[in-house]
Amino acid sequence: MQRTSVSIALTGSGGAGVMTAGQMLLDAAAEAGYYGLMGRTLGPQIRGGESAALLRVATRPVQGLDDGHDVLLAFDWGNIERFSAELPLIPGGIVIADPRNGAVPEVMRRDHHRIVEVPMQDLAKAIPGGRVNMVGLGLIAELIGLDHHYLLDRLAKQLAKKGEEALAASKAGLDAGAEAAAGITGLEPLAPPHPRETERWSITGNDAAGLGAIQGGARFCAAYPITPATDILEWLAPNLPRVGGALVQCEDELASINMIIGSSFGGVPSVTATSGPGLALMMESLGLAVASETPIVVINVQRGGPSTGIPTKSEQVDLNIAVNGLHGDAPHVVTAPLSIGDCLFATQWSVHLAEAMQTAVIVLSDQSIGQSRAIIDKPAEIAFIGKRLVPETIEAPYRRYAITADGVSPMALPGQEGGAHTADGLEHNEFGNPSTQIDHHQSQLDKRLRKVVGYDYGDHWAMIEGDEDASIAVVTWGSAAEPCREAVQRARAQGFKVRLIAARLIHPIPLDKMGKALEGISQVVVVEQNHGGQYYRHLRAHLDLPGKVTAFHRPGPFSLRPREILQHILGQ
Amino acid sequence: MDAVAPKPQDYKSDLKPVWCPGCGDFSVLAAITRALAELRLPHKDVALVSGIGCSSRLPAYTSLYGFHAVHGRALPVASGLKLARPELTVLAVGGDGDGFSIGGNHFVHGCRRNVDMTYIIMDNSVYGMTKGQASPTTAADWTGSKLTPEGPGLSPFRPLEMALSAGATFISRAFSGDPLEVTRQICAAIEHKGFSFVHVLSPCVTYRPEQKGWREVVHADFTEPYSDRREAFLRLLDDDGFTTGILYKSQTPPFQPTPKSVEPVATLGDQFAI
Repeated sequence: MQRTSVSIALTGSGGAGVMTAGQMLLDAAAEAGYYGLMGRTLGPQIRGGESAALLRVATRPVQGLDDGHDVLLAFDWGNIERFSAELPLIPGGIVIADPRNGAVPEVMRRDHHRIVEVPMQDLAKAIPGGRVNMVGLGLIAELIGLDHHYLLDRLAKQLAKKGEEALAASKAGLDAGAEAAAGITGLEPLAPPHPRETERWSITGNDAAGLGAIQGGARFCAAYPITPATDILEWLAPNLPRVGGALVQCEDELASINMIIGSSFGGVPSVTATSGPGLALMMESLGLAVASETPIVVINVQRGGPSTGIPTKSEQVDLNIAVNGLHGDAPHVVTAPLSIGDCLFATQWSVHLAEAMQTAVIVLSDQSIGQSRAIIDKPAEIAFIGKRLVPETIEAPYRRYAITADGVSPMALPGQEGGAHTADGLEHNEFGNPSTQIDHHQSQLDKRLRKVVGYDYGDHWAMIEGDEDASIAVVTWGSAAEPCREAVQRARAQGFKVRLIAARLIHPIPLDKMGKALEGISQVVVVEQNHGGQYYRHLRAHLDLPGKVTAFHRPGPFSLRPREILQHILGQ
Repeated sequence: MDAVAPKPQDYKSDLKPVWCPGCGDFSVLAAITRALAELRLPHKDVALVSGIGCSSRLPAYTSLYGFHAVHGRALPVASGLKLARPELTVLAVGGDGDGFSIGGNHFVHGCRRNVDMTYIIMDNSVYGMTKGQASPTTAADWTGSKLTPEGPGLSPFRPLEMALSAGATFISRAFSGDPLEVTRQICAAIEHKGFSFVHVLSPCVTYRPEQKGWREVVHADFTEPYSDRREAFLRLLDDDGFTTGILYKSQTPPFQPTPKSVEPVATLGDQFAI
C-alpha cells in the first residue's frame, strides 16, 4: 500500500545543515507536485545550537504536522535530551543514526523504534568536498520514494554559483545516501502526486503576513526586531519600497507603535510586527489608537511566555493581553490566522478592518505558523483592500469625532482644506476638543464600541467545516485550527457527527454568528495551545456554550497534534 | 500659499489654554504662530504633534492639524507622520519631562535619525501638570517637591550636549521672555533641512516662581552657529545653561526613505511561485 502522507524529522546541531537539507527536500517535493510543510524547532543559541526540521509531505494540501514522525534522521545527538519530546515518532518509527555519534541516546530508544545505523559521516568523507547533510538528504528522498532528479534540479539551481566541483560533490553525496537507503525496509513510499491544476506557492507564515499587509493596503511599517516576528520585517523591508512604501527600524517598540500612529494619521495604512514582550510595551499606545481613532495593525507572532519566556518556540498565549491589556474601556479588534497560508488572508483582512473601523487591530499569529513553510495552492485574489472613510467635502466647523449611526466618522487627512483638528488621547467632544463632560465621554465611548460590535464581519470571522447535523463542536482559534481540522476529519471518518468552528475573529466575539454556528450542538470541546485556557475563558465570559463543555489546552512548545485532540473529541 | 499674507492670529484656535497666567508657554504659542505666518505656510500643510504635559496641550490651541499623543512619544508620532507624508511641515512640541525623561530614548534617536522636522521643548525644570515634581533638568539640590524632599540628587540633564552628541543637525536655545528671538529661531529651525531642536527656557510661574528671574540671567552669546561639532562641543563646556542663540547648524542629508519604483502589488506574489 502506498501512503498519502509521510512525516520526517531531521535533527542536528547548528552547522550540520539540517535546515538546508529540510528546505531542499520540501522544495524538491513541491517540484515533484506534492504538498507539504516544514516547521522548525530551534534552541536559543545564536550559532551551533540544537535544531530540527519537521517535515510533512503529502499528496493532498496539508498545513499541520501529523501525530508523530515516520522517520527521524539524526546528523548528531547534540542536546537531544532537551528537545526529544518535540520529536515524537509513531510506534515502530525509524530512527536513522550515525554510529560515529555513539550509541543512540536512551530517550530515542523508547517506544520500540527501529534503529538503523548508517555511517553518514564516513560516506561523506569518502567524497572530496562531500557534506553529510547531502548524504542524509539523498537517503531520506530515496526512502520516501521521491525521484532523485527533483533534488538534482534544486541542487543545480542552488549551487549554480559555486561551480561544478561543489555540484559534483553534492550529487555524489545524494547518490551515496540513496544507496544506503537500499537496505532499509518497512516504510511504504508515497503515492504519486496529483497533477497540478493550479499554480502553487512555497511560503512561510511570516512572509505571508507581510504580503497580506501590503495587499491590505499597508505602505508603512515601523518596527523593532524581535524573535519570532523579525522575518516579517525582513520581508517587508525590501518589498514595501517596491510598491511605494517604506519600513523604518526603530529604537524600541514604543517608537514603533507611535510611529505607525503618526504615519496612519497622515493617511497611510500602517503596520508593525512584534511578539509578546513588544506587544506588552505597545499597550498604552494601542489605547491611543483606539481613543484617537487612528487605524493601525499590530501583527503579534506569539512565543512562549511570560516575560522573555521561550523566544524561539510557539504558544498561543497572548490572547489575554491582546483582548484585555488596554486600560480604560477600549474597544478594538483581535484576529488570528488559521494556518501558515491563512497568515496572508488574516493579515490582509485585518488591515481592511482597521481602516474601515478606524481602530487598532491585533493579529495573533505564532511561531509555529509564522516560521513554518508550506506548499499551498496560490491564494485566491481577494477584492477588498483597506478603505478609510475620508470626507470629500467638509462643512465648517469640522467634527472629526462626529457621532454617526455606525460610529465611524469621516477622517480628514493633513493637507485637506477645512479638516484641521487635533487627534487626541484625551477624552474629547465631536470636534476633538478635550472634554471631561459626562455626555461627551458617554457618547464617544458608545460610538467607539458601536464601530466594532456593529460591524458586519461576514463569513470571514471563522472557518466552519463538518457535519450539518453535528452534535459535537470543536471550537478553536488561530494556529490550533489545522490540527483540530485533522482531528475532526478523523472523528467523522469514525462516524461521529462533528463540526469545526475555528475563529479568525477573536474579539469582539460575533455572538449571533457564533450562536448560529453552535446550533444543534450538545457537546463542545474548546482547543488551544496555552496553559490557562485563555480562549475558553474568553468565550465563557461572553456567551453560554451549549451542553457538555470541555476545555483542552496545554502549553507549548510541542505543537498540538490531531491524535490528542481526537481523544478529547471522543471523550477519552 | 495663501493669496493674502497670513496673520499669526489665523493659526490660533479659539480654545482657551489651560496654562496659568504668566506661563512662558503663551509666548511660545505666539512665537509658533508668528513663525508660521512669517514663513506663509498654509495651515493645512503644517502638523503639530505633542506628548503629555502642560506645554503638550499646545496643538489644540492652534488651527493646524494636531496630534496630542501619549506621554513621551511626540517624536515617534511626528517622525512617522513626516516619513509617511514628507511634503508636510511637521513640528513636535512638549516639555522637559516629556522629552528628556519618559521620552529620553526617542530624543536621542530622534536626533540620530535626523528626520526633517522641528522639535521645540519648553523647559521649566518641573512637572507642572502633576503639580510640581523635579524633572530631568531640575538642579540636584532643589527641595521644592514633596516627592524629593532632599532634592532629586541627580545631576541635571544637559539638552544641548545630548542633542549634539546624538546627531541633531540644528541646535538652538531661546528664552520665552524674548518672543522675537523664539520666533527667529523657530523660523530658522523650520527652514533647516534635518532634525532641528529648539530649547526654550519657559518659566513655570506657579511651581518655580524664582524662574521669573531668568530674564536677568539669560545672555545671547551663541552669536554665530558653528558648523563644526568640535567647536560646538567646546563652546558648550562653557555654557551656564542660559546662553541663547543658534549654537549649531550642519548640512547632513535628512533621513527620508524613498520608494524605489512603484510596481503593481500583484507582482509581489511571484517570488513565492514554485
